[in-house]
Amino acid sequence: MIRPFAHTPFLRLAVLSWCLLGLQATGWAQVSTPPSTSTDRVGTHEALTTLAEGTWTEKTHAVTYLLQHGDPSLLPQLDALRSTANRRVRKLIKPVITLFRNQAGLASPDTETRRAAARDLGVRGTREALPVLRNALSNERDHWVRYDLEEAINLLTVEYAGPQDRLAAIQKLGDLRSDAALPVLQELADQPASTLEQHTLRNAAIEAGRRIQKWQEIASGIEILLQGLSLSSILLLMSLGLAIVFGLMGVINMAHGEMMMIGAYATYVVQEIFQACFAPSFFDYYFFFALPCAFVVAGLVGWILEGTLIRFLYGRPLETLLATWGVGLVLIQVARLIFGDLTAVQAPSWLKGSAQVMVGVQLPHNRLFIILLALFCLAGIYALLFRTGIGLRIRAVLQNRDMSACLGIPTRKLDAYTFAFGSGLAGLAGSALTLVGNVDPELGRNYIVDSFMVVVTGGVGKLAGTTTAALGIGTLNKVLEPSFGAVYGKVTILILIILFLRYRPSGLYAQKGRRLDS
Amino acid sequence: MRKRDDALIPENDQPTNRVLAGPLFWITGLVLLVGIPLLNLLPDDSPLHVSDFTLNLFGKFFAFAILALGLDLIWGYTGVLSLGHGVFFGLGAYAMGMHLMLQIGAESVYGNALPDFMVWNQVKELPWFWVPFHSFWFALVAVILVPMLFAAVFGFFVFRSRIRGVYFPIMTQALALVVWLVFNRNETNLGGTNGLTDFKHILGFSIHDPATQRVLYALTVLCLGLAYMLCRWVTRSRAGRVLIAIRDCEQRVLFSGYSPASYKLFVFVISAGLAGLAGALYVPQVGIITPNQIGVLPSIEIAIWVAVGGRGTLSGAIIGATGVNWMRSVLTNHVPELWLLVLGGLFIAVVMFVPTGIVGLFRQTHAKLPCWKIKIPGWHR
Repeated sequence: MIRPFAHTPFLRLAVLSWCLLGLQATGWAQVSTPPSTSTDRVGTHEALTTLAEGTWTEKTHAVTYLLQHGDPSLLPQLDALRSTANRRVRKLIKPVITLFRNQAGLASPDTETRRAAARDLGVRGTREALPVLRNALSNERDHWVRYDLEEAINLLTVEYAGPQDRLAAIQKLGDLRSDAALPVLQELADQPASTLEQHTLRNAAIEAGRRIQKWQEIASGIEILLQGLSLSSILLLMSLGLAIVFGLMGVINMAHGEMMMIGAYATYVVQEIFQACFAPSFFDYYFFFALPCAFVVAGLVGWILEGTLIRFLYGRPLETLLATWGVGLVLIQVARLIFGDLTAVQAPSWLKGSAQVMVGVQLPHNRLFIILLALFCLAGIYALLFRTGIGLRIRAVLQNRDMSACLGIPTRKLDAYTFAFGSGLAGLAGSALTLVGNVDPELGRNYIVDSFMVVVTGGVGKLAGTTTAALGIGTLNKVLEPSFGAVYGKVTILILIILFLRYRPSGLYAQKGRRLDS
Repeated sequence: MRKRDDALIPENDQPTNRVLAGPLFWITGLVLLVGIPLLNLLPDDSPLHVSDFTLNLFGKFFAFAILALGLDLIWGYTGVLSLGHGVFFGLGAYAMGMHLMLQIGAESVYGNALPDFMVWNQVKELPWFWVPFHSFWFALVAVILVPMLFAAVFGFFVFRSRIRGVYFPIMTQALALVVWLVFNRNETNLGGTNGLTDFKHILGFSIHDPATQRVLYALTVLCLGLAYMLCRWVTRSRAGRVLIAIRDCEQRVLFSGYSPASYKLFVFVISAGLAGLAGALYVPQVGIITPNQIGVLPSIEIAIWVAVGGRGTLSGAIIGATGVNWMRSVLTNHVPELWLLVLGGLFIAVVMFVPTGIVGLFRQTHAKLPCWKIKIPGWHR
């Protein structure tokens, strides 16, 4: 604000004395005595007016007053003020807005909002935020919100409180393994210490910083393992169908990736239908409908594929491989002609966001969902193979096809069902993949070679083998990635698999038998 | 599960000491070697004129035919399907490409002695493995030896591991994927996604000169002929009979006291060498080599060339490679979105309906016709 008369000493004196008079008259300079609510409303209203029209000194006082007596209901007015004020005033009222906005955030029913507000106050808040945070902490139930509130309180204590409180707060931050405290503690540790008190503080900061860093290392290790688990579950979802078909029929289905692509597009179409035909509130549930849909559509395509093509190629695995690759090419091109090059599926809102596993480790909901889906599929296949009549027959054919046929098992029919089931599983995998990436015609190709590796490493027709191999390859991939890079990690894994197969040519869990070619 | 492949045609040729191919081979070879370049020399308005473009195109096809011969050796004759032959082709192609890159010298866009992509990537000094490629003769040797060495190492581990059946294609496909990933990286100093291109000279001759291209074409045909003779010699030797035996029943070969792994390794290495040679002939004629030309899809496509032409017949590999690629160039020119459908259809149709390929069909229909077996007196000793 430009005040043209302020440069004359007389005027400056006059303004100052008017200010002082004004302060005493209104009473809002006496910060130590908490005024009653009725004067509060009057006071805040007056402070807001001063912020708009008063002098600079008045404004600073008004800000101090608002920080202590205001509440989030003033936010619209403050926002309006900010949009008209100049840069200096905007900067002046920023702490007020930060405090009130986060105060409003802390009252939100959504835990994520509360956590974000607590974290924000911890970093940007002023000493006036402390009572607000303490108040919120006493009412809070959620574990992670409590964690963030405590972190914020201690951060602010370190910055603003007296030496004794600071020491306790530093130690508490170390206990909390607070990520956000690290720069603050670093700063404390770097400060020169002359008195005994400063020494104690410094040492405490160094100690707490060390603990936090150690924890971060552990946390990043656990995060890598979780990422590995997530990748493993994707690989497992894709390999399960492939492994069953390969185990039973000795057929490598190169179009398996395209079955996934079909599942993904089925999900996309279901989403489009939901968007077009149902209310938006209903939209979030589309995924429950899309999953079985993807399974059925991909299974149907697999059934047709088996009936028209693969049936005629039994006993010629290399030919099947080439033919199914051809089928894959055709399916890719057809999908491209129908859907274009790139489409994306919108994940339902309950799959957005992430769950906190421990301090510094998060697991996104969509990854968690994929892990659960993989477990569900695994359990389903286990139940099918070991708890049903058809599973018994499948296992019999797996052991000895000719003998099973002699005993009256319709092996060809069983093959058709199994192939359709395997394709359906691929469809499920494709549907799950839409949660972590785009949908494009070559979706399946990105992962398919990896899932072949899983099948080869796991061995023929053993669920345990496929599961172990998926876990091993997925985790190894993520463990190698930070130090080797994604590409060289893959190279290393291929070399390891080749070396591994040198000692176990038929995979982890080979079927025991005396046949040389089994 | 029976190993023997009923779909394959019975091997008609008996082992003979006949090394030279029949008259059909010599006549076709001479026409392709001398006739087509001569037609290219005719004036443009002549009805028989073969354009520079067509000549170049067929030069490329014949380079592919050498590659197909290599795959036919290991798949058609030995029954081991390799889906990673693009890698060996790529190694040869990149070896030649590196030499050609260094030949550009100061004529490059940035006027630097380093290849352009290194200037972009701020590489200050020529990496050590690029240095020997200044020499043409080193490049020529590397073109064949590098793929062979690589195949020997990979094959040693894989064949000794008794990896068989569908496991081998899967492993080789993974190899193709991994090599594709590595060649795509910038820090390997192999040109990244853009590959090697913008070549100017070969042995001092301008690479864009039609005369140079004619020579390259003739050289490709010559190499194809030599490769054919080599394959013919291999498949008709005693070792060749063992290879066919491995295809038909590996166990019996093993029990007869042969070591299938060694034979497979031998033929794998030879076919990798042929693939490398094909790559080296391909690069100066096409003028570019990128990772996408050596990845998973190109690698599996080679198999379909061989399958279309006819597995287990050498002429089939050549006919298939030329035919399918010719079809591709026609289709991608006129209806590009149809090509993948046709390629996929080819994969299915050949496997389902014509497992013996074009040559097999031809032999079946012409087996009874006497004119097919032309005998020139005194030709066969």
